[in-house]
Formats: sequence, C-alpha cells, structure tokens
Amino acid sequence: MAELLFWPVLVCYGEAAVGYLGDARRPGVAGRVATWGVRVGWLVQTALLAVQAAREAGFPWATWAGSLNLFVWLVVGAYLIWGCRKPYRLLGLGVMPLAAALFVVARAGGGTGVGTRSHYSNVFLVLHVGLVLAAFAGFTLAAALSGLYLWQERRLKRRVTTILRRPAPSLATLDRLAGRTVAFSLPALTLGIAVGIVRLVDNGDRVDALVAATLVTWLVWAAYVVLRVVRDWTGRRAAYLALAGFMLVILVRLALPATHFT
Amino acid sequence: MRLVLVGTSHHHAPIELRERVALDREQARDLAARLAAGGGEAVCLSTCNRTELYVVGADAEAVERAAVAALAELEPEVEQALYRLHDHAAALHLFRVAAGLDSLVPGEGEILGQVRAAHELGTTAMLLDRAFRQALHAGRKVRVQTAIGESPASVSSAAAALAEQVFGDLDGRLILLVGAGKISEQAARNLLTRHARIAFVANRTLDRAEELARRFGAEPVPLERIEEQLVAADVVVASTSAPGYVLDAETVARAVRQRRGRRLLLIDLAVPRDLDPAIRELEGCYLFDVDDLEAIVAETLAGRRSEAERAEAIVNAEAEKFHEWHASLDVIPAIASLRARAEEIREGELRKAEGLLGRLDESQRKAVESITAQIVNKLLHLPTVRLKQAAAAADGVVYAEAVRHLFGLGEDEH
Repeated sequence: MAELLFWPVLVCYGEAAVGYLGDARRPGVAGRVATWGVRVGWLVQTALLAVQAAREAGFPWATWAGSLNLFVWLVVGAYLIWGCRKPYRLLGLGVMPLAAALFVVARAGGGTGVGTRSHYSNVFLVLHVGLVLAAFAGFTLAAALSGLYLWQERRLKRRVTTILRRPAPSLATLDRLAGRTVAFSLPALTLGIAVGIVRLVDNGDRVDALVAATLVTWLVWAAYVVLRVVRDWTGRRAAYLALAGFMLVILVRLALPATHFT
Repeated sequence: MRLVLVGTSHHHAPIELRERVALDREQARDLAARLAAGGGEAVCLSTCNRTELYVVGADAEAVERAAVAALAELEPEVEQALYRLHDHAAALHLFRVAAGLDSLVPGEGEILGQVRAAHELGTTAMLLDRAFRQALHAGRKVRVQTAIGESPASVSSAAAALAEQVFGDLDGRLILLVGAGKISEQAARNLLTRHARIAFVANRTLDRAEELARRFGAEPVPLERIEEQLVAADVVVASTSAPGYVLDAETVARAVRQRRGRRLLLIDLAVPRDLDPAIRELEGCYLFDVDDLEAIVAETLAGRRSEAERAEAIVNAEAEKFHEWHASLDVIPAIASLRARAEEIREGELRKAEGLLGRLDESQRKAVESITAQIVNKLLHLPTVRLKQAAAAADGVVYAEAVRHLFGLGEDEH
C-alpha cells in the first residue's frame, strides 16, 4: 500500500515542479495547477506516512531514507503555508524540484516502504528526529525565501523592465518571513540536538561527523538570529548567511548519513 | 426596439473638440431624459476621452438624427468626428468601453466606474438597462480573468508599485519629496493612495516647500538639511530643476550607515537627474530614474496589450449573449402567442371531454392534465428554440410572421 502511494506523490510533486516552471515563464493557469499538485501530493504523502505509521509498532522514520521521506513532507507542508498564495508561487520553483528529487532518493533508500523500525525508543525518536527534521524543513524554507529575496533584489538593482509584469513578494516581506521561519526553527533544532546529546552521553558514544556538522549548522543559524537582532543583519547579508546555513543542512541530510544512522 | 450609439472619442476627435461636447453629471442626466422623451431610453457617457449617447427607439434613423442633433447643438464641428453604430455593433462597443479596451491606456480601471455612473444617470428601461448591466459584468469579468489592469500605466503609478516591491505594505512609510513641483506632487499623490505618508518636503525656496508641506501635513526642509531626513525616510522622490546632482552617493552613504540596514527607495523624476547614479551601488538603496520608469511602463503596457487579446474574447462572448437576448425580443411575442394558443386549445379540448373526465378521480384528472401539458410543451419546444435561433441569425421577424400565419395567431383580433 505504502509503495503504491509513492507514485501519485511523485507525479504530483513532479507536476508541481514543471507547473511552477511554466508559471515563471507565463503566469496563470500553470501556477494554479502546480499549487493543486502540491496540495494533492502532500495529502497523498500524508496518507503514505499514515500507512507507514499504522504498519509499524513504533516510529517508522528512524532510518536515513525514512527520515528523508518525513523531511520532504515537512518541507512541502511548510511551503504550503505560503505556497498557495499567488505572489509566493515563485518559491515553489525552488522548493518543489528539490522535494521531488529528495523524495526519489528517499524511495531509493527504502524510506517510503515499511519494515524500518529502529531499536531506539519512540519518545526519543519523535523528539530527536522529529524536532531536527522540523527545524531543517524550516531552514530549507528560509533558504528558499532568501534565494527569492536575492533574485528580487537583483531585479530591483538592475532595474529589470519586467519587474512589475511579474511581481514577486516585496523585499521586506521576504526578509521578515525568512527571519521568522528561522526564529521558529532554531529552538526546535536546539531541543532536538539536546535530546540527541543526552542520549549520546548516556550511551557513552562518540561525537560522529554528522553530529559535528549538525552542531556547526546550529552555530550558523544561531549566528543568523543573533546578528539579525544585535547587528541589524537583514537583507542581502542575512540572505547569504541563510544560503550558507542551507548548504550545511544539505550536507547533514545527504552527505554524512552513513556515520549516524545505524 | 433599436439600440443606437452616436459619439466621439479620443480616436476620432482632438481634445479641443472633445472638451466642447463634454457633459457634466447634470447635463448628462438632462440630455438623457430629453432624448428618452416619448417612451424611449437614453444614457449619456461623458468622460475626458469620450462623449457617447446610447439611445433606444423604434425608428433607428430618427433616433440617430436626434442624437446627432443633440451633440451638434453643443458643438456643430463635432458632426464630422461622430461615429454611429446600431444594435449589435453599438452593444459590442459599449462592452469594449466598459472593459477598458477602447481606452487610451488599455485596461484602465476608471472607465468601469464612469460607465456605472452614466447608467445611473440615464433614463433606462428594459434594453439599455440590460445592455449596461451586462457591459459592467463584462468589464468586471475582464479585470478578474485577465491581468489587463494589474500593472501600472504611468510613471508615477510605476514608482508607487516599485515602492510596494521593496516595502510591501506602504502604510506609514515616510516619503521625502525633494523639489516641490507638479511632478513630485503627482508621484506623492500616488504614494498617498497607498497609505504612505509625505513626511518631509525639501526645496531650494523654502516658501514653496512650506506651501506643499502644509497641504500634505509634512515638515518643510531647506535643501541643505536633506541629509538628516534621509536617515528617517523610506522613499525619496526627487524632481527639482537643479542643473546638477542634488544628492551625491557620499551623502547617501553617510545616511545609510545610520539607517541600521533599512532599505531606501529613490525615485529620480528630474531631467537633468537630481540623484547620483552611483547611489545604486550602495547596499539597501534602490534607485530608478525617469528612463527606468518609462521602460517599465512601456513593458507593462505591452503586457496589457497582450492581455487585451484575451479580454477581447471575453467581451465578444458577452456581447454575443446580449445580441441573442436582444434578437429574441423580436420573436418573443410570437412565441408567447403560439404558446397561449396551444394552451387555449388544450384547455378547450379538456372542457369538451368533461363528460368522460367526470368519472375520473382527482389523481387521474391531474395525470390527464399533466400529460396533455407535456404533449403541448414537447410539441412547442423545438419551434421555440428554432425561432430564437432564427432571431439571433437576423431571420427572426420572417420566422415570427410565418408562425403567426401558419397558426393563425392574432387573427381573432383582426
């Protein structure tokens, strides 16, 4: 059943990615169809996760691929908060191709199926994996907002003549939304890391590369918040910092999983 | 009844001529009432770009003559610049006007309100009321379903739209006007409609700055003290007649350092330019001069023109619906007579059969009533549809006469 649900999700997310590309070229129907693709795809993925949860006695997304599946669901869910609104459709051009690609990777790793139960307790996994992934989903969205900010700022700086024919969200709005998203996500990451470190110390395990990279990621995003508040780092500088933080999120999600998921 | 349009617009007459036939609200109401006297209908649509009389009467030629005479009374020269349209063509023109497709700037929004006002001031009955309601519906539909009216069509509205691209909501944003001329004022008014606040007016002559500042509830500032206000302002609109830069990049850079990362939009409407182009390189500063704004407006107008093609399709479809309805008016009396005659026959035959039906109980009587009514309806359905179709194809009167002849309708009265 879970495997059967994979394909409609992929079709919907793929359609949304292509639709948003079409919408960027000629705004209109393609964008609306893409947004429906995101909505339907996310609902079907929710059903897929529900089937996985029902089939397993415990937390089913403890593996690297399983957590990637959950991560995609969180990212698309976070995007849906704004993505349904017309000015934010451009954001979908960044988010949906990434979501579709990561979803395929999750399937290749067996993360969309069943039978992946971990030996860790459910409470620990929900707190640790759930919070870290929710924070990463927030950071991904913040990075997409920051990317859109830089694109919009470039258009304003270069005085692109089509700027009013294809309006994007304002610089102030994008900057504010990115800042708020990070402000909500950072406490989740802090708590998720704290739970993981407590377990690490209890088990007498060593800090692996993934834990170290996650701590660096936390530092970058914490710097984002602090510099924003203390040094008025908004706008372009904050956007570049958010993109740097996102690179670390990608590194943590994709490049260093082998050392951590056992 | 025939619908006749007589009028002139920016396509046919220069402003010197148009202004002589322009009508204010009272004049438009009075003229409409005068043209509609004797059971007709009339609406006068008068804007800065057009004066048009929509008149309904039984004799199209007579109605047209009266409308032409009414405009010629205002200005005899206008007669050469008048267009005269009848029925479908007149309705289609009205629909295009309401959709903004006949405007100087395609898709401009003001015309819809002007058409509504003209309708309210007119002397209308069934035909013009329907035409104007449907035209307003078409106008709204075009604006909802196409992007024809979304982008700005003037330099000052483009400046305001750019401010929204930087700041989003302009509510409470502070504007610094540099130069107290008409151009600054026009741009400022556009920003004011979006709830921005004119906070400072700087000018070389303080008297003029004070006068404009008083009107906007702003603070007048001598041009030399402009740097202080740059720290507080969100948008700078410059349009002085100074020969060189009024603001150089170094001055703005000093202000930017004190702005704690807040963005600054600078609109330079002056020629020669008031603002140093090097300001563009400063972080958080977005500078647009007249050429930039004109290029943006040209681009948005091109967009409006491409949207106009979609709008034309919507307008044509709506005008076609009106045409079908209008044409059906020719055959509706014939259809009504035919149905009345059929009903009369049905009831007569039921009365003749009263002796037999008397033995039926109530439910059986109702069944017979229902069956006979259904037979009549089914028999008349296709002729009714065909008559309406013929009316839309301009053969309605011929078909209506044929029906009257074949079924002997109206012969009893003769």
